Amino acid sequence: LALPGKANPQFALMDATTPESDVTTYNNYYEFGTGKGDPARYAGALQTHPWQLSVEGEAGKPRTFAIEDLLKLAPMEERVYRLRCVEGWSMVIPWVGYSLSALLKQVDPTSRAKYVEFVTARQPGNMRGLSSGVLDWPYVEVLRIDEAMHPLTMLVFGVYGKTLPNQNGAPLRLAVPWKYGFKSGKSLVAIRLVEKQPASSWMRAAPHEYGFYANVNPDVPHPRWSQATERRIGEGGFFAPKRKTLPFNGYAEQVASLYQGMDLRANY
Amino acid sequence: MDARQVDRCKPLLFVLGLFPLARWVWLGVTDQLTANPIEFLTRSAGTWTLVCLMVTLAITPLRRLLGMPALLRWRRMCGLYTFFYATLHLLTWAWWDQGFDLAGMVADTLQRPFVAVGLAAFFLMSLLALTSTRGWMRRLGGNWQRLHRAIYPIGVLAIVHYWLHKAGKNDYAEVVIYGGLLAALLGWRLVAWWRARRLAAA
Repeated sequence: LALPGKANPQFALMDATTPESDVTTYNNYYEFGTGKGDPARYAGALQTHPWQLSVEGEAGKPRTFAIEDLLKLAPMEERVYRLRCVEGWSMVIPWVGYSLSALLKQVDPTSRAKYVEFVTARQPGNMRGLSSGVLDWPYVEVLRIDEAMHPLTMLVFGVYGKTLPNQNGAPLRLAVPWKYGFKSGKSLVAIRLVEKQPASSWMRAAPHEYGFYANVNPDVPHPRWSQATERRIGEGGFFAPKRKTLPFNGYAEQVASLYQGMDLRANY
Repeated sequence: MDARQVDRCKPLLFVLGLFPLARWVWLGVTDQLTANPIEFLTRSAGTWTLVCLMVTLAITPLRRLLGMPALLRWRRMCGLYTFFYATLHLLTWAWWDQGFDLAGMVADTLQRPFVAVGLAAFFLMSLLALTSTRGWMRRLGGNWQRLHRAIYPIGVLAIVHYWLHKAGKNDYAEVVIYGGLLAALLGWRLVAWWRARRLAAA
């Protein structure tokens, strides 16, 4: 289904975009299996109609939104973002959506809203990966409120000018381009504003490997591999050297101030 | 099968051992190496190394269980194919991941047990490959068999390497399959050895 967005020049990139066929066939969406091809193969079973998103917790006006309302909430923009996976590969993707802040402002977060928890879909009959026990389901991710309100943090409804394919997180997902990809939850069903920092799914599953922030950082290696370089998907073939990974995935100018005075080696 | 039949099937075994390589070429030509061919080939080479290792370790139990001692004549080729795919697996790391940067490779090995364990298995395996000829068998005499028992720790190292690779994602399904297979193959030897000892004592 077509979902055009007006190109936002503020979020354009010089990098060549990754081929659409790679973006839609090489995915991590463990609810459908841990293989990279599993989501494209099995996510057809995801039930995306009807769809509701509840925005709840520390809010003056908590509310449940139907997907139809969310599509009309703010003008659709096309933004080209880098995506850096914690596994050491990256893509450049034209997302369609708008800043998450546009939605959060609708519910009037209170002063006690310090963190934002993102809860993703859990559909037992439709998700063959749920039985695997790799993670606790539903998959949950968390941002600090200032991270969530940052204009770069995007609520995404489409990619390549079309509504999101299921394997990419239909009907709506997050894109937080300065953090590793797993922070950007797919197929969101609830957004909770909370006072105390909740643990994300990965923090619970492997606390020694995944911290709360998960900001892209070439200087903090993963325990089993370096994060200094990355393989850009679809680029160059077998002889292309890897790219140097940029601090905050190249978005340092926009977001580094969020972490002023913090030791990013300790807060990884 | 007697010795002559086993020998006659050897070319067939040789061709079978080339199957993973042929499959990669086929997948490459038909554009099926996924969006990340480098990762796919790296992991695939690792997986086929494990498969070859299991086949190699299965020869001795099969000889006994099937009553076909002549199967021994396939073992060296299976072992050398294991080494062949292990070499390719190592090369994918050295080339695609490290760009043949020696300092980077040393640092990667020292920092990551996952890499160190894999390299240790490869180092031991290359000793076995080197001494797999008739000449070395003769020269080493009784020590040859002692040296080649290193295949057991190599198997354990390979599983540990695989386990460490999957650990961060809690995704142990395949590790359990290969680990279980290795445990069965080594367990069978333990039982056989224990029985033989008891018989000898009686």
